[in-house]
Amino acid sequence: MATQQTRTLARFMMAPSVFLLLIWMIVPLAMTLWFSFQNYNLLNPANVSFAGLFNYQFFYTDPAFFQSIWNTLLIVVGVLLITVIGGTALALLLDQPMFGQGIVRILVISPFFVMPPVAALVWKNMIMHPGYGVFAGISKSLGFQPVDWFAQYPLFSIIIIVAWQWLPFATLILLTALQSLDGEQKEAAEMDGAGFVSRFIHLTIPHMSRAITVVILIQTIFLLGVYAEILVTTNGGPGYASTNLPFLIYRTALLGYDVGGASAGGIIAVILANIVAFFLMRAVGKNLDK
Amino acid sequence: MKLTTLILGLCSASALAFSAHAESITIATVNNGDMVRMQKLTEDFTSKNPDIQLEWVTLEENVLRERVTTDIATKGGQYDVMTIGTYEVPIWAKQGWLLPLDNLGADYDAKDIIPAIAGGLSADGKLYAAPFYGESSFVMYRKDLIEKAGLKMPDAPTWDFIADAARKMTDRANDINGICLRGKAGWGENMAFLTAMSNSFGARWFDEKWQPQFDQPEWKKTLQFYVDLMKDAGPAGSSSNGFNENLALFQQGKCGMWIDATVAASFVSNPKDSTVADKVGYALAPDTGLGKRGNWLWAWSLGIPAGTQKAASAEKFVAWATGKGYLDLVASKEGWANVPPGTRTSLYENAEYQKAAPFAKMTLDSINSADPTKPTVKPVPYVGVQFVAIPEFQGLGTTVGQLFSAALAGQSSVDDALAAAQTASVREMTRAGYIK
Amino acid sequence: MARAVSTQTKVGWTIAAWVIALLIFFPILYTIITSFKSETEAIAGFKLIPSGTLESYAEVQSQSNYFKFFMNSVVISVGSTILALLIAIPAAWSMAFSPTKRTKDILMWMLSTKMMPAVAVLVPMYLIFRDWGLLDSRIGLTVMLMLINLPIVVWMLYTYFREIPGEILEASRMDGATLWGEIVYVLTPMAIPGIASTMLLNIILAWNEAFWTIRLSTTNAAPLTAFIASFSSPQGLFWAKLSAASTLAIAPILIMGWFSQKQLVRGLTFGAVK
Repeated sequence: MATQQTRTLARFMMAPSVFLLLIWMIVPLAMTLWFSFQNYNLLNPANVSFAGLFNYQFFYTDPAFFQSIWNTLLIVVGVLLITVIGGTALALLLDQPMFGQGIVRILVISPFFVMPPVAALVWKNMIMHPGYGVFAGISKSLGFQPVDWFAQYPLFSIIIIVAWQWLPFATLILLTALQSLDGEQKEAAEMDGAGFVSRFIHLTIPHMSRAITVVILIQTIFLLGVYAEILVTTNGGPGYASTNLPFLIYRTALLGYDVGGASAGGIIAVILANIVAFFLMRAVGKNLDK
Repeated sequence: MKLTTLILGLCSASALAFSAHAESITIATVNNGDMVRMQKLTEDFTSKNPDIQLEWVTLEENVLRERVTTDIATKGGQYDVMTIGTYEVPIWAKQGWLLPLDNLGADYDAKDIIPAIAGGLSADGKLYAAPFYGESSFVMYRKDLIEKAGLKMPDAPTWDFIADAARKMTDRANDINGICLRGKAGWGENMAFLTAMSNSFGARWFDEKWQPQFDQPEWKKTLQFYVDLMKDAGPAGSSSNGFNENLALFQQGKCGMWIDATVAASFVSNPKDSTVADKVGYALAPDTGLGKRGNWLWAWSLGIPAGTQKAASAEKFVAWATGKGYLDLVASKEGWANVPPGTRTSLYENAEYQKAAPFAKMTLDSINSADPTKPTVKPVPYVGVQFVAIPEFQGLGTTVGQLFSAALAGQSSVDDALAAAQTASVREMTRAGYIK
Repeated sequence: MARAVSTQTKVGWTIAAWVIALLIFFPILYTIITSFKSETEAIAGFKLIPSGTLESYAEVQSQSNYFKFFMNSVVISVGSTILALLIAIPAAWSMAFSPTKRTKDILMWMLSTKMMPAVAVLVPMYLIFRDWGLLDSRIGLTVMLMLINLPIVVWMLYTYFREIPGEILEASRMDGATLWGEIVYVLTPMAIPGIASTMLLNIILAWNEAFWTIRLSTTNAAPLTAFIASFSSPQGLFWAKLSAASTLAIAPILIMGWFSQKQLVRGLTFGAVK
């Protein structure tokens, strides 16, 4: 039973991290809020003035704004779909008896170790380039026309690259969840004559629900902020087809050096992220309580 | 053998880091070949100036630009020498962020700097950055392919000739594209090319009252010409190709022509890397007879931030790296072909250089035919050939570049792309206070 | 679980798994292969057998001092991880063993601090770093990465600690153990695997962080991410050199990952397994 003393101690132990994160959240947030109400271009520092809500209005009326939000969500959903479904399939596969399981597992984890800009450069130039990439080489040798990935399917290409980076993460969590599934339970189900599919639906899926929730929550936080891959591959084009919200903020902040506009964009991104998080928690959060 | 060199290199490099008691200056530079070569030749400088130690920060172009701009604008004081381009210099000089370079020593001979380049790096008659290498753009073409097409490349072709030649040289069955041009969205990517090209079609970004001009027929002609040409004679994937992708294609013999930076000539004519080294010819960038050619002007230059405490050492370094002596140093160590091009008139009068670099004359002519202060046929309120030297241009140029790459990829029509570009530009320029 | 499996089935699964694993690994494998090609070979199209030249590695090494960047990466990623653990362990501990109604909200809130896009706060952070003299310092980057990853560390530790059965605690209290004794002798040994795996994952995340580490460092504190940035996209062919630089940057973390695979597998589950 928690006594008064342990409760005080608990608060005391929690204090440093809560305090630090509070500062870590409030200071940048406050500064961003402050700048978002200023006309402040880094390259014209003499001309700082109060802007009211103009930065927000300007960011919101950007022709790419709605498409960028839509693209942000598409990237999150697309990558989550690929990694959760692919990760489950991979986990099921890796759970089977085989030779060299350790090495196979290492090979599958390794994309997680590659820095995002490098991953994007490698994919763009060595794998997907329609002139001298691997895909082009394969399709030419089979007699097909090479696909021009970044012109025809820009967003999908980026989703593939990002999904490749996050697939190991999902696979590993799901694999361990799967391996912890009680062998006796499985055998009992097999004895009952349950087929693979019904075992999967009634036993495996419920067992893995908490693991899937964790995959979704953590990945979403990272996926909402994807932009390095876009910068390296398409620069948001063609058109706005691969522009997402972080890229739009990048364009404002580090190409236009418009600190006010970028801050407004940042605040909008935080609001969007919180909306997404809210719905996510309602959708999957209860799995965490188990 | 190579492994031992590697290990030796490691040891000497770590030993160097510990030599003490010298004033150290930090130099930010872009990771292009000429700069990397300079970094390797610094021993010459440090032996002449034992009291100065050099610290290098080498980054790719986009990251470098972000880093130095953030630092100089916030007065972060991280660098003593910055590598910047002709885009930054007028903007920064106006803010008073750069030291004027009038202290580079008696033997520096600033008059020797090619006038077009010096003009792009000066404000109010003062030089604010010293050019390390300069470039324009021109046509590189395959002599064998154009002969096969039954044509002869003039020294100063028109766009109509280029388009005709490109279509005739295209041989899809053998994977040969008539022309390779930049298509990846970005102010320094496709927009560098298209802005320079539009100058020769009589177009301009803004009129004298900063009103965007994408609704004018000249832009429509430029973009339509480019999109049609690339559709008929361009390579697959052109809407995400930049300098390096096109370089790779050209060196593999997959392009009949390529219009891009003059520095590319030293890559495509280098037999070590290029399969077509002995078949490349050069011509001036094309025109349409309106008096401007479609070539740009750029110079990677060394500037000294106004806030540095080590101005004297920084000036010594800048004078060394951009002086005549450095050209001789590179020539003696690596041969004349590897000398950083495009900065000094005397280099182009040097017979040995002319022999080593067959593209020397064409480079100089290209540089001389670009005028950043009068870039367009009609008058404009800005300087800059392939860019507009205002702080807002990077962001706006990238937006317009995205729209134009969509037209190239066939995802929007030329008219839609131009209309969207016009809307975006009016919006941005109104906000920045140019349009009252 | 002793399921009798025929060798035939096992061979079948082995082939399937290897094919898929190699497909996933392929981009990395191809990067490593390309690092042993010359620049001309690298763009010559799809070819699996390199000529085996070491010129890219020699070039990379002659251009920048790998070990300086490597040491900075080690110091920053390990330092930030240890710092984060020191702060997070007590917090996660108390959340797991004295949970209140608000615990879950606090956890969610902690994760939400990661939602601010880094690009939007670059200028404010740069100003703070400048004023505190932290630009280009290992300490500055260590603290920065600690703060970025702290929420994840708390999350992971919390879920691990929750797996530790409460009965054991109560039993030791019955035996008259003091709170201190309880922590040192009973709980810590049980928590070690969770802490170890949290540490590993966090080192990988810090190692790969490529936004702040490049923007806030110049020379003294620049880690391997900056090393990579100096080989990416120059004017001219660079794929072989970039591949060599990437291989050098990935290698240490890959080797560490291989050796600690078991902990990592456990760490990555976030205690999702009971």
